[in-house]
Amino acid sequence: MRRRPFPVHILVFLAPAVLLYTAFMIYPLLDSLRLSLFAPTVEEGGARGLAFVGLQNYRTLLSHPQWAPQLLNALSNNVLFFAIHMLVQNPVGLSLAVLLSSKLVRGRAVYRTLIFTPTVLSVVLIGFIWRLILSPLWGISGDVLGLFGLEHLNQPWLGQESTALVTLSLVSVWQNVGIPMMLFLAALVGIPDELLEAARVDGATAWGVFWRVQFPLILPTVGIVSVLTFVGNFNAFDLIYTTQRAIAGPNFSTDIMGTLFFRTFFGFQLQPGNPTMGATIAGVMLLVILSGVLVYLFGYQRRLQRIEL
Amino acid sequence: MKLRLGLVLCSTLLGAALAQSGSLTIESWRNDDLTVWQETIIPAFNARYPDIQVTFAPSAPAEYNAVLNSKLEAGSAGDLITCRPFDVSLDLFQRGHLAPLNDLPGMENFSDVAKSAWITDDGSDVFCVPMASVIHGFIYNQDIFAELGLSEPQTYEEFLSLLQTVRESGAYEPLIMGTADQWEAATMGYQNIGPNYWRGEEGRRGLIDGTIGYDEGGFLAAFEALAAWRPFLMNGYQATTYPDAQAAFTLGMGAVYPAGSWDISVFNQQAPFPMGAFRPPPPEGQEDCFISDHTDIGMGLNAASPNQEAARLFLEWMTTPEFAELYANALPGFFPLSNHEVTLQDPLAQEFVSWRGECASTIRSSYQILSRGEPNNENQLWNVSARLLNGEITPQEAAQTVQAGLEAWYEPQQGE
Repeated sequence: MRRRPFPVHILVFLAPAVLLYTAFMIYPLLDSLRLSLFAPTVEEGGARGLAFVGLQNYRTLLSHPQWAPQLLNALSNNVLFFAIHMLVQNPVGLSLAVLLSSKLVRGRAVYRTLIFTPTVLSVVLIGFIWRLILSPLWGISGDVLGLFGLEHLNQPWLGQESTALVTLSLVSVWQNVGIPMMLFLAALVGIPDELLEAARVDGATAWGVFWRVQFPLILPTVGIVSVLTFVGNFNAFDLIYTTQRAIAGPNFSTDIMGTLFFRTFFGFQLQPGNPTMGATIAGVMLLVILSGVLVYLFGYQRRLQRIEL
Repeated sequence: MKLRLGLVLCSTLLGAALAQSGSLTIESWRNDDLTVWQETIIPAFNARYPDIQVTFAPSAPAEYNAVLNSKLEAGSAGDLITCRPFDVSLDLFQRGHLAPLNDLPGMENFSDVAKSAWITDDGSDVFCVPMASVIHGFIYNQDIFAELGLSEPQTYEEFLSLLQTVRESGAYEPLIMGTADQWEAATMGYQNIGPNYWRGEEGRRGLIDGTIGYDEGGFLAAFEALAAWRPFLMNGYQATTYPDAQAAFTLGMGAVYPAGSWDISVFNQQAPFPMGAFRPPPPEGQEDCFISDHTDIGMGLNAASPNQEAARLFLEWMTTPEFAELYANALPGFFPLSNHEVTLQDPLAQEFVSWRGECASTIRSSYQILSRGEPNNENQLWNVSARLLNGEITPQEAAQTVQAGLEAWYEPQQGE
């Protein structure tokens, strides 16, 4: 039997993606991890250098009274940020998708476009607009509440430790709800009408059709949306930075991993930047995201049953 | 554009033999001053050195340190670096980013106090040309004062009852300040009224020597005095940023604005009503008074700049009486630090600077030495002052937090 020639064309096709991805993603990632194993030193005469310290930075980050509470604060804020997305953004996205997939709703394309629009706008713009809307000085949030006679409920939402993070999470939900909606919609549209019709003939209510036919069939999408939300939220930075700056005020109540990393790496106010410690925080972020994704891969995706339609 | 380019080319060719040429970029956090630099200072410099092109390239104040650091590391920073006082610039110098300026002609025009913010601990190297100091106080809306029959308070108690009168009038906010950016609470709050309580330099040096702490005496009393502002701050101050507060004051929404003298130039342009200023009033029964007269801004030379000679010419020019006069009057509220006699035309700026004659001056308590460690003393003051005004903590808690932060790393404060 003649040996098949080495499939050179596969290499050629893969090369651009592999090279670009290695140069711009994998190499910086590994280099950042390498940096997290070093600490700055001051030599005789004031020259600055870097010395290898092993996992010392990680130990400091997890145990030093200066760092550990900051990390814990950022991590728990990040968990809350993620939880609000999972509990509000994704269910609302799913409901919208179900509504928009129904043939009974008129003007579906219009709604779809309107709801998706904020996701394509710049986060800086979104942050700025919402800052203005919620500003106690110029904002319209008080007037809007006034329409319902609830003006006394208006608060400086972004200025209170108790409300700032929830407010920003909801702003982020408002911006991003279009993405799960589109993904769910695409999955729902893929379900053959015969299945739904058969269920209705068998006497299923709309509620029954959704829970017993549609939802099981879009479970893979539910998983994908969850993992995308997870990765996106634990990498989040831009909205907090735009509205509250790197200081993530008030009193770090909106500090998430991304802003903690930025503050540490680049420095803020009078505190000079600390690149090695920043890289360490980036390392912890990678670890958190990696473990979340692994849980998804082994705990969820592998158990999904493929259903031939 | 083409014509200008042609002119520049011509003058460069002609002037090459006569003078220095080159182009300089100035890094700064003073984005409020962009037009002043473009329209007043740079043209005046070019009148003397027509062949040196100068670009003023500011970034946002809150991001300046971080942005500058990364630019210096990457080698893309401008030739002239606007210097924050004390450790931030000292750190840049020690890392070799700022060139020593000991032999710069004209440095003899500055006193030791003026240079203190930009000198190594042993006094051997100066690395920035001192430009200006800023003074804290209160700016008020004269129309509102006249309408409500108010006059400048002489004591802190009078100040608080004045704010109460404005509150009761219902028409205006008594005190225009936000805490969203946090630094206002510490800088225009705590460091503004504080020196009267910790007796200026006496208290500040005590902190450095370890003979007094933030949780006792004047430093604690200053937190208590600051906490009295809470009922008088504007509606929604917790989410009000510094530019928002500036805008609210110039729109005539409130009576009193806790100010840094740098606010004067912005207010002069924007406020349609006459303004007055009073210094932080001392508590009842205290004879002497203290003000914060903080060495705030200097200019250094990027050691990696390819235009060293042109940059040195610019710095040298900054030590002249011409520059002092120009800068002080173009930017009322930034008071020159050189020994030249300068006349201020702006009445508000004149009022601020007149306090130098009435009260003893000091600089902000946390800037020298105390912000070297982690946690950074200044950063902690921002945080606790904002939380104090937001009503999240008591003055005692604020004082204890800062003191604990200082004791965590500063040996003289660790005591017995």
